[in-house]
Amino acid sequence: MSARPAALSAPERLPEPAPRRRRAPARERRATAAPYLFLAPAMLLFTLFLAVPIGYTVYLSVRGTKVSGLGLGKGARREIFTGLDNYTAAIGDGELWAGWLRVLGYGLLVLAVMLTLALLFALLLDSARVRLARFSRVAIFLPYAVPGVAATLLWGFLYLPSLSPIRQVLDVDLLGTGTVMVSMANIAVWGGVGFNMLVLYTALRAVPSSYYEAARIDGASEVQIALRIKVPILLPAIILTTVFSIIATVQVFTEPTALRPLTNTISSTWSPLMKVYRDAFVTGDLYSAAATSIVIAVISLVLSFGFLRVVRDRAYGEG
Amino acid sequence: MRMNRLAATMAAVLATALAAGCSGGGSSAEPAPQTTTAAAGPVKLVYWTWAPNMDKIAAAWNAKNPDIQVTVSKQAGGDDAAAKFLTAAKAGNPPDLVQAEYQMLPSFVAADAVADLSAEIASAKAEFSEGIWRMVTLGTEGVYALPQDSGPMMLYYRQDLLKKYGVEVPKTWEQYAQAARTVREKDPKVFLGTFSSKDPGAFAGLAQQAGAQWWSIAGESWKVAVDDPATRKVADYWGGLVKEGVIDDQPYFTPEWNKALNDGTLLSWPSAVWGPGVLSTNAPKGKGKWAIAPLPQWSEGENFSGFWGGSSTAVAEKSPNRAAAVKFATWLNTDPEAVGMLVSEAAIYPAVSDAGSRLGSAPEYFSNQEDFWQQATTIAATARGFTFGPNVNVAYSAWKDAFDKAVRDKSSFSSALATVQESTVADMRKSGFQLAR
Repeated sequence: MSARPAALSAPERLPEPAPRRRRAPARERRATAAPYLFLAPAMLLFTLFLAVPIGYTVYLSVRGTKVSGLGLGKGARREIFTGLDNYTAAIGDGELWAGWLRVLGYGLLVLAVMLTLALLFALLLDSARVRLARFSRVAIFLPYAVPGVAATLLWGFLYLPSLSPIRQVLDVDLLGTGTVMVSMANIAVWGGVGFNMLVLYTALRAVPSSYYEAARIDGASEVQIALRIKVPILLPAIILTTVFSIIATVQVFTEPTALRPLTNTISSTWSPLMKVYRDAFVTGDLYSAAATSIVIAVISLVLSFGFLRVVRDRAYGEG
Repeated sequence: MRMNRLAATMAAVLATALAAGCSGGGSSAEPAPQTTTAAAGPVKLVYWTWAPNMDKIAAAWNAKNPDIQVTVSKQAGGDDAAAKFLTAAKAGNPPDLVQAEYQMLPSFVAADAVADLSAEIASAKAEFSEGIWRMVTLGTEGVYALPQDSGPMMLYYRQDLLKKYGVEVPKTWEQYAQAARTVREKDPKVFLGTFSSKDPGAFAGLAQQAGAQWWSIAGESWKVAVDDPATRKVADYWGGLVKEGVIDDQPYFTPEWNKALNDGTLLSWPSAVWGPGVLSTNAPKGKGKWAIAPLPQWSEGENFSGFWGGSSTAVAEKSPNRAAAVKFATWLNTDPEAVGMLVSEAAIYPAVSDAGSRLGSAPEYFSNQEDFWQQATTIAATARGFTFGPNVNVAYSAWKDAFDKAVRDKSSFSSALATVQESTVADMRKSGFQLAR
């Protein structure tokens, strides 16, 4: 329990909620309405902006259009119920899985580099001997404030052979078949390190300094304090940032889409979400796009919760 | 019980929200009385277009026609505009008039989003060339739009640099290939041209020049031939040049490409009549140095071109004011004054047959070529188009992916073409279109 950062554990320290359950049936009816009343705005918003759109997507995903003859003129195109056809097609589509594979490689690269750097910077900034901490913190965080499309175009111009100062020093095709994924991961890392560093750094600031004093009295060096005390205390925050990052990389869309016009190494179905976009808005098949997006949602849920399940026991000491 | 009341409240709120959302659709049925009671006020038309300064042209119309008032709503253009119109039509509140690119028109027709105007505008047919008129009839009895502008293709080239490298302006594609090799030998930093795997429209134009017919209608069924012999010839020609490395393989309209156009390391561009706009913004340093010539031909003595781009004015099927909309569209695209304004204000190459007489002096960028418009008009007369099918979007998307890959791997362009054909046919079959063998 003590290992949790303050921000997460604060609500847990409130008075135990158990007695409320015992009291509730004894109360008069007017009082039982109160919780629903308080819940109503949240429920309403949830229904309108989450449940209804999801429901509509599910509805669309089991439908399709059927054309007769030339498909021109009145009534030549009907919307029909297609059952699970769209799902079979989505799951059977090799391009979707090839896309997952690319995103998996990209995601591993981004996660490993970004989180390592974020942790390193957070520890460095938190260490006692650091200079210019304020400036460095802002400087590392700043790229996060640059919108994804702007960041991608900025880097894209740096990758283009005749415009790039990098290319004048380094003779590598940065948008080639083998390198484009690394170039893209670089953009994501550049933009994401600052945010994750800030989350970890904030968690570190909440640790009572008495821990460190105790460690120093016991003769621990700064490195030992970082590795033996700070990192274990940070574990829940690291897990949190990992889950956020997994969700973000599964949804990768901006970088490849904005880079695509600059190179012929990125196909229109490079990532799963790009395929959804293409189906819905380029080739105009809203129905299969709906089915594919549901498949993607399920997979990203499985990935994030799967990860949580694997690490939960170790991190929180529960179960 | 309380839960029931909560549910009822939520249902009520939902119903209100849905009703509000649908009222946009309801309105399309409502204004019907408006046409009958025209005396009550002017007919109001909404026109979606991305041509610049169209609002000025509409203002000229509005001043003269107090009973039909047109409001221009500026769009982003391209594929996004088409998707937006299809969505609006599906939702039931499309604009009355819409700018439709020729290749998107069939998907509008297939979605029942634009009206068949054959009864209203049969008389306008005489104003346009056969090739352009086909683009709005899809080779059927119907007429689905009025042609507005067209994009006959020609060869843009750097006059000064071709001379410098001792290369004649190529008259055949054979000569073009030879010229590409010569240029590479003289200066390895320079390319005669580039093949763009991002522009299926340009490739379709080159295929049209070679005599391709990607889609056609035979009775009650579609015939798809994206990989017909003519197109395969074009694909293998460019594939060979890319593989040989004598032309570049970077896409059009990238910063990289702009730079090459500007600094003289790219010497030619097979493009459409709207090219001057692109060149003057992207290659300002080339002013007075670029010139146009007819596209190189497949065999000597031939004289053909194709179309890249161009658009029409269509009337939404759900528009309650069809007659008024047709009246405006006809004026816009055939009236001498309106067409003159299309040229001077919207900077487009009008689709009407006698466009040349309305074009005036050469664009400033082409000050070195005084007869620019006369040349363009002569070339335009040689352009042949083909019927676009109902899923051009699918074909073009597949084309980009397949040719990206072929360029990247330096693999066969005609097998990339076969992939495009397969995807196009598979999509049509899945939708249920009748296909001829």
